[in-house]
Amino acid sequence: MSATFAALGEFGDAISFIFTERENQRGSPVGGAENLPLLWEHLKLTAAAMALALVIALPLGLVLGHTGRFSFLAISTSNVGRAVPSVALIALFIAFFPRSPEFLNVTLALALLAIPPILTNAYVGVRQTDRDAVDAARGMGLSGAQIIRQIELPLALPLIFGGIKTSTVNVIATATIAPLVGVVTLGDPLVAASVYGREGQIGASIIVAVLAILAEVGLSAVQRAVTPDGIKLARGPEDRARTRFGLSKRRIQTAP
Amino acid sequence: MSLALFAQLELRDRENQPPSCVERNGFCPDWIADNWERYKTPLIEHIELTLISVAIGFVIAFSLALIAHRRRWLIPPITQITGILYTLPSVALFFLLLPLTGRGKTTAIIALVAYSLLIIFRNVITGLDEVPEEARDAGRGMGLTPRQLLWRVELPLALPAIMAGLRIAVTTTVGLTALVFLAGAGGLGEAIFADTQFRSNVVVAGGLCVVLAVVLDLTVLGVQKLITPWTRGVAT
Repeated sequence: MSATFAALGEFGDAISFIFTERENQRGSPVGGAENLPLLWEHLKLTAAAMALALVIALPLGLVLGHTGRFSFLAISTSNVGRAVPSVALIALFIAFFPRSPEFLNVTLALALLAIPPILTNAYVGVRQTDRDAVDAARGMGLSGAQIIRQIELPLALPLIFGGIKTSTVNVIATATIAPLVGVVTLGDPLVAASVYGREGQIGASIIVAVLAILAEVGLSAVQRAVTPDGIKLARGPEDRARTRFGLSKRRIQTAP
Repeated sequence: MSLALFAQLELRDRENQPPSCVERNGFCPDWIADNWERYKTPLIEHIELTLISVAIGFVIAFSLALIAHRRRWLIPPITQITGILYTLPSVALFFLLLPLTGRGKTTAIIALVAYSLLIIFRNVITGLDEVPEEARDAGRGMGLTPRQLLWRVELPLALPAIMAGLRIAVTTTVGLTALVFLAGAGGLGEAIFADTQFRSNVVVAGGLCVVLAVVLDLTVLGVQKLITPWTRGVAT
Protein backbone atom coordinates (compact mmCIF):
# COMPACT_ATOMS: atom_id res chain seq x y z
CA MET A 1 0.00 0.00 0.00
CA SER A 2 2.61 2.56 1.02
CA ALA A 3 4.83 1.43 -1.87
CA THR A 4 2.09 2.46 -4.30
CA PHE A 5 1.85 5.83 -2.61
CA ALA A 6 5.58 6.32 -2.86
CA ALA A 7 5.49 5.64 -6.60
CA LEU A 8 3.01 8.48 -7.03
CA GLY A 9 5.44 10.97 -5.53
CA GLU A 10 3.83 14.00 -3.95
CA PHE A 11 0.38 12.87 -5.01
CA GLY A 12 1.02 9.65 -3.14
CA ASP A 13 1.89 11.59 0.00
CA ALA A 14 -1.27 13.61 -0.49
CA ILE A 15 -3.46 10.52 -0.82
CA SER A 16 -1.85 9.03 2.26
CA PHE A 17 -2.60 12.32 4.08
CA ILE A 18 -6.29 11.85 3.24
CA PHE A 19 -6.48 8.40 4.76
CA THR A 20 -3.90 8.21 7.54
CA GLU A 21 -3.37 10.40 10.55
CA ARG A 22 0.12 11.71 11.31
CA GLU A 23 1.83 14.27 13.51
CA ASN A 24 2.87 17.58 12.03
CA GLN A 25 6.06 19.46 12.91
CA ARG A 26 4.42 20.93 15.99
CA GLY A 27 3.38 17.51 17.18
CA SER A 28 -0.37 17.93 16.71
CA PRO A 29 -2.31 15.30 14.77
CA VAL A 30 -3.33 16.09 11.17
CA GLY A 31 -4.69 14.07 8.25
CA GLY A 32 -6.81 10.94 8.29
CA ALA A 33 -9.69 11.18 10.75
CA GLU A 34 -8.61 14.72 11.62
CA ASN A 35 -9.95 15.74 8.20
CA LEU A 36 -13.48 14.80 9.19
CA PRO A 37 -14.24 17.91 11.30
CA LEU A 38 -12.99 20.04 8.39
CA LEU A 39 -15.21 18.12 5.96
CA TRP A 40 -18.16 18.48 8.32
CA GLU A 41 -17.64 22.24 8.62
CA HIS A 42 -17.34 22.49 4.83
CA LEU A 43 -20.60 20.59 4.31
CA LYS A 44 -22.37 22.55 7.03
CA LEU A 45 -21.34 25.85 5.47
CA THR A 46 -22.36 24.70 1.98
CA ALA A 47 -25.72 23.40 3.20
CA ALA A 48 -26.49 26.56 5.17
CA ALA A 49 -25.61 28.87 2.28
CA MET A 50 -27.49 26.78 -0.30
CA ALA A 51 -30.58 26.47 1.91
CA LEU A 52 -30.69 30.23 2.41
CA ALA A 53 -30.14 30.90 -1.30
CA LEU A 54 -32.83 28.39 -2.35
CA VAL A 55 -35.41 29.76 0.07
CA ILE A 56 -34.90 33.26 -1.35
CA ALA A 57 -34.12 32.71 -5.04
CA LEU A 58 -36.36 29.83 -6.03
CA PRO A 59 -39.78 31.27 -5.07
CA LEU A 60 -38.71 34.68 -6.35
CA GLY A 61 -37.58 33.25 -9.69
CA LEU A 62 -40.74 31.17 -10.09
CA VAL A 63 -43.08 34.07 -9.29
CA LEU A 64 -41.17 36.56 -11.44
CA GLY A 65 -41.17 34.04 -14.28
CA HIS A 66 -44.88 33.36 -13.83
CA THR A 67 -45.82 37.03 -13.91
CA GLY A 68 -43.16 37.95 -16.46
CA ARG A 69 -42.35 41.08 -14.51
CA PHE A 70 -38.92 42.52 -13.68
CA SER A 71 -37.22 40.46 -16.38
CA PHE A 72 -34.36 42.95 -16.31
CA LEU A 73 -33.80 42.26 -12.62
CA ALA A 74 -33.99 38.50 -12.99
CA ILE A 75 -31.56 38.38 -15.91
CA SER A 76 -29.09 41.02 -14.84
CA THR A 77 -28.54 39.68 -11.31
CA SER A 78 -26.54 36.81 -12.78
CA ASN A 79 -24.49 39.18 -14.93
CA VAL A 80 -23.72 41.39 -11.96
CA GLY A 81 -23.15 38.33 -9.77
CA ARG A 82 -20.45 37.05 -12.07
CA ALA A 83 -18.54 40.30 -11.86
CA VAL A 84 -18.39 40.40 -8.04
CA PRO A 85 -15.49 38.23 -6.90
CA SER A 86 -16.31 35.79 -4.12
CA VAL A 87 -13.27 36.86 -2.12
CA ALA A 88 -14.37 40.48 -2.17
CA LEU A 89 -17.87 39.54 -1.04
CA ILE A 90 -16.61 37.53 1.94
CA ALA A 91 -14.13 40.26 2.85
CA LEU A 92 -16.90 42.88 2.66
CA PHE A 93 -19.02 40.99 5.18
CA ILE A 94 -16.05 40.55 7.51
CA ALA A 95 -15.03 44.20 7.25
CA PHE A 96 -18.50 45.65 7.71
CA PHE A 97 -19.91 43.22 10.30
CA PRO A 98 -16.85 42.53 12.47
CA ARG A 99 -19.01 41.65 15.48
CA SER A 100 -21.26 39.01 13.95
CA PRO A 101 -19.95 35.42 14.01
CA GLU A 102 -17.67 34.47 11.11
CA PHE A 103 -19.79 31.46 10.20
CA LEU A 104 -22.84 33.69 9.74
CA ASN A 105 -20.86 36.23 7.71
CA VAL A 106 -19.45 33.62 5.36
CA THR A 107 -22.84 31.88 5.04
CA LEU A 108 -24.46 35.16 4.02
CA ALA A 109 -21.69 35.93 1.52
CA LEU A 110 -21.89 32.45 -0.02
CA ALA A 111 -25.70 32.64 -0.16
CA LEU A 112 -25.47 35.95 -2.04
CA LEU A 113 -23.08 34.24 -4.42
CA ALA A 114 -25.48 31.32 -4.92
CA ILE A 115 -28.64 33.36 -5.52
CA PRO A 116 -28.06 34.75 -9.06
CA PRO A 117 -27.73 31.45 -10.99
CA ILE A 118 -30.76 29.94 -9.21
CA LEU A 119 -32.87 33.06 -9.69
CA THR A 120 -32.02 33.55 -13.35
CA ASN A 121 -32.44 29.91 -14.27
CA ALA A 122 -35.78 29.61 -12.45
CA TYR A 123 -36.96 32.76 -14.20
CA VAL A 124 -35.83 31.67 -17.67
CA GLY A 125 -37.10 28.13 -17.07
CA VAL A 126 -40.59 29.32 -16.25
CA ARG A 127 -40.62 31.87 -19.08
CA GLN A 128 -39.74 29.15 -21.54
CA THR A 129 -42.45 26.71 -20.55
CA ASP A 130 -44.86 25.92 -23.31
CA ARG A 131 -47.42 28.75 -23.22
CA ASP A 132 -50.05 26.38 -24.68
CA ALA A 133 -49.63 24.09 -21.67
CA VAL A 134 -50.08 27.04 -19.32
CA ASP A 135 -53.14 28.26 -21.25
CA ALA A 136 -54.63 24.78 -21.16
CA ALA A 137 -54.09 24.64 -17.40
CA ARG A 138 -55.70 28.03 -16.98
CA GLY A 139 -58.61 26.87 -19.13
CA MET A 140 -59.05 23.90 -16.81
CA GLY A 141 -59.53 26.37 -13.97
CA LEU A 142 -56.17 26.07 -12.21
CA SER A 143 -55.22 29.01 -10.04
CA GLY A 144 -51.95 30.91 -10.48
CA ALA A 145 -50.29 29.07 -7.62
CA GLN A 146 -51.49 25.72 -8.99
CA ILE A 147 -50.12 26.57 -12.44
CA ILE A 148 -46.72 27.38 -10.95
CA ARG A 149 -46.64 24.20 -8.88
CA GLN A 150 -48.16 21.71 -11.31
CA ILE A 151 -47.15 23.00 -14.75
CA GLU A 152 -44.37 25.55 -14.74
CA LEU A 153 -42.22 24.09 -11.97
CA PRO A 154 -42.02 20.55 -13.44
CA LEU A 155 -41.40 21.85 -16.96
CA ALA A 156 -38.73 24.26 -15.74
CA LEU A 157 -37.00 21.65 -13.56
CA PRO A 158 -34.07 20.90 -15.87
CA LEU A 159 -33.08 24.56 -15.99
CA ILE A 160 -33.74 25.09 -12.29
CA PHE A 161 -31.47 22.17 -11.48
CA GLY A 162 -28.86 23.60 -13.82
CA GLY A 163 -28.84 26.72 -11.67
CA ILE A 164 -28.78 24.77 -8.41
CA LYS A 165 -25.84 22.70 -9.65
CA THR A 166 -23.87 25.75 -10.75
CA SER A 167 -24.46 27.39 -7.37
CA THR A 168 -23.68 24.29 -5.30
CA VAL A 169 -20.40 23.62 -7.06
CA ASN A 170 -19.55 27.30 -6.78
CA VAL A 171 -20.32 27.38 -3.06
CA ILE A 172 -18.29 24.21 -2.39
CA ALA A 173 -15.38 25.78 -4.24
CA THR A 174 -15.67 29.12 -2.49
CA ALA A 175 -16.10 27.60 0.98
CA THR A 176 -12.45 26.63 0.51
CA ILE A 177 -11.34 30.19 1.21
CA ALA A 178 -13.43 30.49 4.39
CA PRO A 179 -10.44 29.65 6.67
CA LEU A 180 -8.88 32.98 5.61
CA VAL A 181 -11.56 34.64 7.70
CA GLY A 182 -11.70 32.08 10.50
CA VAL A 183 -14.20 29.39 9.44
CA VAL A 184 -12.20 26.18 9.49
CA THR A 185 -13.32 24.26 6.39
CA LEU A 186 -11.42 21.88 4.13
CA GLY A 187 -9.59 24.94 2.85
CA ASP A 188 -7.64 25.15 6.09
CA PRO A 189 -4.84 22.81 4.92
CA LEU A 190 -4.63 24.88 1.72
CA VAL A 191 -4.08 28.23 3.41
CA ALA A 192 -2.17 26.99 6.46
CA ALA A 193 0.60 25.03 4.80
CA SER A 194 2.87 25.50 7.81
CA VAL A 195 0.47 23.42 9.92
CA TYR A 196 -0.44 20.73 7.43
CA GLY A 197 2.55 20.59 5.10
CA ARG A 198 2.50 20.24 1.35
CA GLU A 199 0.89 16.82 1.40
CA GLY A 200 -1.91 18.39 3.41
CA GLN A 201 -2.37 21.15 0.83
CA ILE A 202 -2.58 18.71 -2.04
CA GLY A 203 -4.57 16.13 -0.09
CA ALA A 204 -7.24 18.60 0.94
CA SER A 205 -7.40 19.88 -2.65
CA ILE A 206 -8.16 16.36 -3.80
CA ILE A 207 -10.97 16.09 -1.25
CA VAL A 208 -12.47 19.43 -2.32
CA ALA A 209 -12.25 18.47 -6.00
CA VAL A 210 -13.93 15.11 -5.37
CA LEU A 211 -16.60 16.85 -3.31
CA ALA A 212 -17.38 19.27 -6.14
CA ILE A 213 -17.58 16.51 -8.73
CA LEU A 214 -19.74 14.35 -6.44
CA ALA A 215 -22.12 17.26 -5.97
CA GLU A 216 -22.34 17.79 -9.73
CA VAL A 217 -22.90 14.11 -10.50
CA GLY A 218 -25.25 13.59 -7.54
CA LEU A 219 -27.44 16.57 -8.40
CA SER A 220 -27.50 15.47 -12.04
CA ALA A 221 -28.84 12.09 -10.92
CA VAL A 222 -31.54 13.81 -8.85
CA GLN A 223 -32.30 16.03 -11.83
CA ARG A 224 -32.78 13.02 -14.12
CA ALA A 225 -35.00 11.37 -11.52
CA VAL A 226 -37.34 14.36 -11.20
CA THR A 227 -37.43 15.48 -14.85
CA PRO A 228 -40.80 14.65 -16.43
CA ASP A 229 -40.58 11.86 -19.03
CA GLY A 230 -42.00 14.12 -21.72
CA ILE A 231 -39.01 16.43 -21.51
CA LYS A 232 -36.50 13.55 -21.56
CA LEU A 233 -38.10 12.14 -24.71
CA ALA A 234 -37.81 15.44 -26.50
CA ARG A 235 -34.01 15.39 -26.25
CA GLY A 236 -31.25 13.67 -28.14
CA PRO A 237 -28.10 12.08 -26.71
CA GLU A 238 -25.96 15.12 -27.58
CA ASP A 239 -28.19 17.36 -25.52
CA ARG A 240 -28.07 14.94 -22.62
CA ALA A 241 -24.30 15.15 -22.50
CA ARG A 242 -24.59 18.91 -22.29
CA THR A 243 -27.17 18.91 -19.54
CA ARG A 244 -25.03 16.59 -17.46
CA PHE A 245 -22.96 19.65 -16.73
CA GLY A 246 -25.95 21.91 -16.50
CA LEU A 247 -25.44 23.30 -19.94
CA SER A 248 -28.62 22.95 -21.86
CA LYS A 249 -28.64 24.85 -25.11
CA ARG A 250 -31.27 27.21 -23.85
CA ARG A 251 -29.33 28.33 -20.83
CA ILE A 252 -26.72 29.98 -22.99
CA GLN A 253 -29.21 32.53 -24.20
CA THR A 254 -29.36 34.07 -20.75
CA ALA A 255 -26.00 35.55 -21.69
CA PRO A 256 -26.14 39.29 -22.31
CA MET B 1 12.49 67.73 30.77
CA SER B 2 10.69 70.27 28.67
CA LEU B 3 10.94 67.92 25.74
CA ALA B 4 9.24 65.16 27.70
CA LEU B 5 6.53 67.55 28.80
CA PHE B 6 6.04 68.63 25.24
CA ALA B 7 5.72 65.03 24.11
CA GLN B 8 3.21 64.39 26.86
CA LEU B 9 1.21 67.42 25.84
CA GLU B 10 1.18 66.32 22.27
CA LEU B 11 0.06 62.85 23.34
CA ARG B 12 -2.79 64.29 25.35
CA ASP B 13 -3.69 66.53 22.48
CA ARG B 14 -3.91 63.55 20.17
CA GLU B 15 -6.12 61.69 22.63
CA ASN B 16 -8.56 64.59 22.71
CA GLN B 17 -8.88 64.66 18.97
CA PRO B 18 -11.69 62.63 17.50
CA PRO B 19 -10.27 59.37 16.06
CA SER B 20 -9.27 59.70 12.45
CA CYS B 21 -11.24 58.03 9.67
CA VAL B 22 -8.71 55.21 9.44
CA GLU B 23 -8.86 54.59 13.20
CA ARG B 24 -12.64 54.46 13.09
CA ASN B 25 -12.30 51.96 10.23
CA GLY B 26 -14.63 53.89 8.00
CA PHE B 27 -14.66 54.47 4.30
CA CYS B 28 -11.90 57.04 3.87
CA PRO B 29 -11.55 58.93 0.56
CA ASP B 30 -8.40 60.66 1.89
CA TRP B 31 -6.67 57.41 2.74
CA ILE B 32 -7.64 56.00 -0.65
CA ALA B 33 -6.26 59.04 -2.45
CA ASP B 34 -3.00 58.76 -0.48
CA ASN B 35 -2.61 55.02 -0.93
CA TRP B 36 -3.77 54.70 -4.51
CA GLU B 37 -0.29 53.59 -5.56
CA ARG B 38 -0.38 50.34 -3.62
CA TYR B 39 -3.18 48.98 -5.84
CA LYS B 40 -1.37 49.68 -9.07
CA THR B 41 0.79 46.54 -9.22
CA PRO B 42 -1.99 44.15 -8.13
CA LEU B 43 -4.35 45.70 -10.67
CA ILE B 44 -1.84 45.33 -13.49
CA GLU B 45 -1.15 41.72 -12.46
CA HIS B 46 -4.88 41.10 -12.36
CA ILE B 47 -5.43 42.49 -15.87
CA GLU B 48 -2.43 40.58 -17.22
CA LEU B 49 -3.50 37.23 -15.79
CA THR B 50 -7.11 37.68 -16.92
CA LEU B 51 -6.25 38.63 -20.49
CA ILE B 52 -3.56 35.96 -20.96
CA SER B 53 -5.82 33.24 -19.55
CA VAL B 54 -8.87 34.20 -21.61
CA ALA B 55 -6.74 34.51 -24.75
CA ILE B 56 -5.21 31.05 -24.33
CA GLY B 57 -8.58 29.60 -23.33
CA PHE B 58 -10.20 31.13 -26.38
CA VAL B 59 -7.61 29.75 -28.79
CA ILE B 60 -7.89 26.23 -27.35
CA ALA B 61 -11.68 26.17 -27.01
CA PHE B 62 -12.25 27.77 -30.39
CA SER B 63 -9.98 25.22 -32.13
CA LEU B 64 -11.69 22.36 -30.29
CA ALA B 65 -15.08 23.71 -31.35
CA LEU B 66 -14.05 23.97 -35.00
CA ILE B 67 -12.78 20.37 -34.93
CA ALA B 68 -15.93 19.16 -33.20
CA HIS B 69 -18.12 21.11 -35.61
CA ARG B 70 -17.01 18.82 -38.43
CA ARG B 71 -16.87 15.66 -36.35
CA ARG B 72 -20.07 15.79 -34.33
CA TRP B 73 -19.25 12.67 -32.31
CA LEU B 74 -16.49 14.62 -30.57
CA ILE B 75 -18.94 17.06 -28.97
CA PRO B 76 -20.08 14.85 -26.04
CA PRO B 77 -16.56 13.77 -24.95
CA ILE B 78 -15.13 17.29 -25.24
CA THR B 79 -18.11 18.66 -23.33
CA GLN B 80 -17.58 16.04 -20.62
CA ILE B 81 -13.85 16.70 -20.25
CA THR B 82 -14.09 20.50 -20.29
CA GLY B 83 -17.10 20.08 -17.97
CA ILE B 84 -14.96 18.26 -15.42
CA LEU B 85 -12.31 20.98 -15.68
CA TYR B 86 -15.06 23.56 -15.17
CA THR B 87 -16.41 21.73 -12.13
CA LEU B 88 -13.00 21.35 -10.45
CA PRO B 89 -12.73 24.22 -7.98
CA SER B 90 -9.93 26.46 -9.21
CA VAL B 91 -8.57 26.87 -5.69
CA ALA B 92 -8.15 23.09 -5.52
CA LEU B 93 -6.56 23.08 -8.96
CA PHE B 94 -3.95 25.64 -7.85
CA PHE B 95 -2.70 23.16 -5.27
CA LEU B 96 -3.18 20.03 -7.37
CA LEU B 97 -0.79 21.59 -9.88
CA LEU B 98 1.81 22.29 -7.18
CA PRO B 99 3.92 19.17 -7.83
CA LEU B 100 3.81 19.79 -11.58
CA THR B 101 4.23 23.53 -12.06
CA GLY B 102 4.97 24.85 -8.58
CA ARG B 103 3.67 28.16 -7.25
CA GLY B 104 3.32 31.18 -9.47
CA LYS B 105 1.75 32.62 -12.58
CA THR B 106 2.00 29.46 -14.72
CA THR B 107 -0.11 27.49 -12.25
CA ALA B 108 -2.62 30.32 -12.01
CA ILE B 109 -2.95 30.62 -15.77
CA ILE B 110 -3.39 26.86 -16.30
CA ALA B 111 -6.21 26.79 -13.73
CA LEU B 112 -7.92 29.86 -15.19
CA VAL B 113 -7.65 28.50 -18.74
CA ALA B 114 -9.09 25.17 -17.60
CA TYR B 115 -12.08 27.00 -16.20
CA SER B 116 -12.79 29.09 -19.29
CA LEU B 117 -12.66 26.26 -21.85
CA LEU B 118 -16.20 24.96 -21.39
CA ILE B 119 -17.81 28.40 -21.43
CA ILE B 120 -16.22 29.33 -24.75
CA PHE B 121 -16.51 25.87 -26.33
CA ARG B 122 -20.23 25.52 -25.73
CA ASN B 123 -20.96 29.01 -27.01
CA VAL B 124 -19.01 28.50 -30.24
CA ILE B 125 -20.77 25.18 -30.83
CA THR B 126 -24.18 26.67 -30.07
CA GLY B 127 -23.48 29.64 -32.30
CA LEU B 128 -22.49 27.39 -35.19
CA ASP B 129 -25.51 25.14 -34.62
CA GLU B 130 -27.88 28.06 -34.77
CA VAL B 131 -26.75 29.21 -38.21
CA PRO B 132 -29.88 28.94 -40.39
CA GLU B 133 -29.78 26.03 -42.80
CA GLU B 134 -30.92 28.41 -45.58
CA ALA B 135 -27.75 30.47 -45.17
CA ARG B 136 -25.63 27.34 -45.51
CA ASP B 137 -27.58 26.24 -48.58
CA ALA B 138 -27.18 29.65 -50.18
CA GLY B 139 -23.43 29.50 -49.52
CA ARG B 140 -23.15 26.04 -51.02
CA GLY B 141 -25.23 27.15 -53.97
CA MET B 142 -22.73 29.95 -54.59
CA GLY B 143 -20.03 27.31 -54.85
CA LEU B 144 -18.30 27.80 -51.48
CA THR B 145 -16.07 24.99 -50.29
CA PRO B 146 -16.72 23.70 -46.74
CA ARG B 147 -13.78 25.78 -45.49
CA GLN B 148 -15.05 28.93 -47.19
CA LEU B 149 -18.55 28.20 -45.90
CA LEU B 150 -17.20 28.01 -42.35
CA TRP B 151 -15.17 31.23 -42.45
CA ARG B 152 -17.46 33.34 -44.65
CA VAL B 153 -20.94 32.22 -43.62
CA GLU B 154 -21.07 30.14 -40.47
CA LEU B 155 -18.55 31.90 -38.23
CA PRO B 156 -19.75 35.45 -39.00
CA LEU B 157 -23.33 34.41 -38.24
CA ALA B 158 -22.19 32.66 -35.05
CA LEU B 159 -20.23 35.71 -33.85
CA PRO B 160 -22.88 37.08 -31.44
CA ALA B 161 -23.04 33.75 -29.58
CA ILE B 162 -19.25 33.40 -29.60
CA MET B 163 -18.78 36.90 -28.24
CA ALA B 164 -21.45 36.27 -25.59
CA GLY B 165 -19.35 33.30 -24.45
CA LEU B 166 -16.26 35.46 -24.42
CA ARG B 167 -18.01 38.03 -22.24
CA ILE B 168 -19.03 35.39 -19.70
CA ALA B 169 -15.50 33.98 -19.76
CA VAL B 170 -13.93 37.41 -19.20
CA THR B 171 -16.15 38.39 -16.28
CA THR B 172 -15.85 35.02 -14.53
CA THR B 173 -12.09 35.01 -15.03
CA VAL B 174 -11.79 38.46 -13.44
CA GLY B 175 -13.62 37.05 -10.41
CA LEU B 176 -11.47 33.93 -10.28
CA THR B 177 -8.25 35.87 -10.70
CA ALA B 178 -9.06 37.37 -7.30
CA LEU B 179 -8.15 33.92 -5.93
CA VAL B 180 -4.80 33.39 -7.66
CA PHE B 181 -2.93 34.94 -4.74
CA LEU B 182 -3.38 31.49 -3.15
CA ALA B 183 -1.15 30.14 -5.91
CA GLY B 184 1.35 32.92 -5.25
CA ALA B 185 0.48 34.86 -8.39
CA GLY B 186 -0.62 38.16 -6.85
CA GLY B 187 -3.58 40.07 -8.23
CA LEU B 188 -6.20 42.15 -6.46
CA GLY B 189 -7.17 39.25 -4.18
CA GLU B 190 -3.84 39.63 -2.44
CA ALA B 191 -4.63 43.29 -1.80
CA ILE B 192 -8.04 42.35 -0.37
CA PHE B 193 -6.57 39.82 2.01
CA ALA B 194 -3.67 42.03 3.02
CA ASP B 195 -6.20 43.61 5.39
CA THR B 196 -9.73 42.16 5.48
CA GLN B 197 -10.61 44.16 8.58
CA PHE B 198 -10.03 47.56 6.98
CA ARG B 199 -13.12 48.67 5.09
CA SER B 200 -11.48 51.18 2.76
CA ASN B 201 -9.03 48.53 1.58
CA VAL B 202 -11.72 45.91 0.94
CA VAL B 203 -13.98 48.37 -0.85
CA VAL B 204 -11.20 49.70 -3.11
CA ALA B 205 -9.64 46.34 -4.01
CA GLY B 206 -13.02 44.62 -4.42
CA GLY B 207 -14.40 47.61 -6.27
CA LEU B 208 -11.47 47.55 -8.69
CA CYS B 209 -12.31 43.89 -9.50
CA VAL B 210 -15.91 44.80 -10.30
CA VAL B 211 -14.91 47.86 -12.34
CA LEU B 212 -12.37 45.78 -14.25
CA ALA B 213 -15.00 43.12 -15.01
CA VAL B 214 -17.46 45.73 -16.25
CA VAL B 215 -14.84 47.54 -18.36
CA LEU B 216 -13.61 44.33 -20.01
CA ASP B 217 -17.20 43.17 -20.55
CA LEU B 218 -18.10 46.45 -22.27
CA THR B 219 -14.89 46.29 -24.32
CA VAL B 220 -15.80 42.86 -25.68
CA LEU B 221 -19.32 44.11 -26.35
CA GLY B 222 -17.90 47.11 -28.19
CA VAL B 223 -15.68 44.88 -30.33
CA GLN B 224 -18.68 42.67 -31.04
CA LYS B 225 -20.77 45.62 -32.25
CA LEU B 226 -17.83 46.77 -34.34
CA ILE B 227 -17.29 43.47 -36.15
CA THR B 228 -20.97 42.56 -36.54
CA PRO B 229 -22.37 45.76 -38.04
CA TRP B 230 -25.42 43.89 -39.34
CA THR B 231 -26.70 43.26 -35.80
CA ARG B 232 -26.75 46.95 -34.90
CA GLY B 233 -30.22 48.29 -34.33
CA VAL B 234 -31.57 44.77 -34.03
CA ALA B 235 -32.79 43.82 -30.57
CA THR B 236 -30.65 41.07 -29.11
